[in-house]
Amino acid sequence: MTKTPSPRRSADDRGFRLVTGFFALLVVLLVAGIFVELFRTSQLSIQKFGFHFWVTKVWDPVAGQFGAFPFIWGTLYSSLLAMLISTPIALGIAIFLTELSPRVLRTPLTFLTELLAAIPSIVYGLWGIFVLVPLVRQLQVHTPEWMRKIPLFSGPPLGVGMGAAALILSVMVIPFTSSVAREVLKAVPNTQREAAYALGATRWEAIQAALRFGRTGIIGAVILGLGRAIGETMAVTMVIGNSPRVSASLFAPQYTMAAVIANEFTEADTDLYLNALIEIGLVLFIITLVINAVSRLLIWSVTREASVKPAKTASPAVSAAPGVAA
Amino acid sequence: MNRTSRRKVLSGVVVFLCAAAVVVALVPLFFVFAYVIQKGFSSLSWDFFTKMPKPVGESGGGMANAIVGSLILIGIASAIAVPVGVIAGVYVSEYGKRRFASLVRFTADVLNGVPSIVIGIFAYGLAVLPVKHFSALAGGLALGFMMIPIITRTTEELLNLVPGILREGALALGATRARAAFSVMVPAALPGIMTGILVALARISGETAPLLFTAFNNRFFTTSLNQPIASLPVQVFTYAIAPYEEWHQQAWAGALVLVAMIFLFSVLARVVTRRLERMHRT
Repeated sequence: MTKTPSPRRSADDRGFRLVTGFFALLVVLLVAGIFVELFRTSQLSIQKFGFHFWVTKVWDPVAGQFGAFPFIWGTLYSSLLAMLISTPIALGIAIFLTELSPRVLRTPLTFLTELLAAIPSIVYGLWGIFVLVPLVRQLQVHTPEWMRKIPLFSGPPLGVGMGAAALILSVMVIPFTSSVAREVLKAVPNTQREAAYALGATRWEAIQAALRFGRTGIIGAVILGLGRAIGETMAVTMVIGNSPRVSASLFAPQYTMAAVIANEFTEADTDLYLNALIEIGLVLFIITLVINAVSRLLIWSVTREASVKPAKTASPAVSAAPGVAA
Repeated sequence: MNRTSRRKVLSGVVVFLCAAAVVVALVPLFFVFAYVIQKGFSSLSWDFFTKMPKPVGESGGGMANAIVGSLILIGIASAIAVPVGVIAGVYVSEYGKRRFASLVRFTADVLNGVPSIVIGIFAYGLAVLPVKHFSALAGGLALGFMMIPIITRTTEELLNLVPGILREGALALGATRARAAFSVMVPAALPGIMTGILVALARISGETAPLLFTAFNNRFFTTSLNQPIASLPVQVFTYAIAPYEEWHQQAWAGALVLVAMIFLFSVLARVVTRRLERMHRT
């Protein structure tokens, strides 16, 4: 019947496709629009500093000197530290919830771990300032003298700084990585585990078989977490100390790309200053765009194959970590 | 120890570590909630909802302007994002096999991972730079942009859960695709679409970064869309980094109200989904 629709009806159907398609196009245009707008409004800085912007250490708005290296450093360093802390924990959670947990505990524990993603950044930041930072300061005060000779632990015990930022970031990233890793492990066919058991594997060895099967997706989950860490703004701004310097020390106050935009955007009194901040935003956008695109493709490569046959479990949309369900 | 028992011990150790990972993640969750609830409740009062902020040094006062401001911003964001997100979701679900639908799906997921501060800069360029002043409209725009990909993806997922027989039935009766989509499919998935909207609201109502330089802040009460406007998250931020004890207490109270709001949206989302599931089981 659909082969010979009346002309009127087929025109209606085309209209429906075009109108809804237009709204779908808006989603794509939004991403393109962000790029164009940020590129356009950062021209002053791009043209004046060129590539030097990214390798210069001096950030002196009063003198009109803008170098973004300290922010790049702070963003990469804090995200790397956060990944080191959060990845094992997040994968452990994902493994526990899919492979090991008793049935009665599964739903409440899943809910609780995903609740971590529902707490807004600003609340983490508030808690960071008044609870975590004093705690970190105590830890720093009691760091033995010989350890403080190592560059990693050098500097006065301020509390605020790279260490506090990395800690709060890892807490915030855990639910995102673990929730996607869980989806991936769920998509691994049971035959993989059964085959391992049939060969006499222990529990851990069977889990390894499942992990190996879904490794592309697991890597995707970790990269997705990295994307979150790089773009995280408020909580980091509130605990990292906001000082543009390049240091390996966990004690040292530093700065990130997102934090400098949050702090200085409304203070930017010259066009060049504003353009420099927008250029940082542009690069932040490009980095997170690439990271998210890569992680999505990796995750899809595992979950797509699996989602063809088995029935979906209930309520796919209602996870407390919205939008991370692949 | 022989090889077999070594493997068994290793397996036991890993199982233990995985369970420990869950506990480690729940510790900060517990502490954040404990502090927000304890500190928040001790400084929360009726005044918080009805009074305006007091100047530094005076205790008391509230965040009436910020609460109303937040509601206005959320309203603007929904007005922008709900139609765009839902209709885009209908397209992706109806024409899911097309290349373009895959592209939209992919873009929505990627957009979801773009830092909110970057979305803020975009909204600044669109709605603040041309008119040279901050406004509630700009802030709502930024939040709306963040809601769109979430709504698009959940609408699609939920529409896909509706049995295809319904659409085929409608088409067999001579309905156009638009009719089948908007009179049959969307109503069938409506609770699910509501869920998507609620999830998106839960996600954006605590957002601070994109509001800092779009909606900005306002010491006074306003409902004008064309002026800077206060919001709960920005007010919490301002108070948290200020050096005054009274303001810190207000910040905790604000955080509690924010968390309660998000919790409410999430619970509503869950209730609505339960209903959807029951509907489709029968």
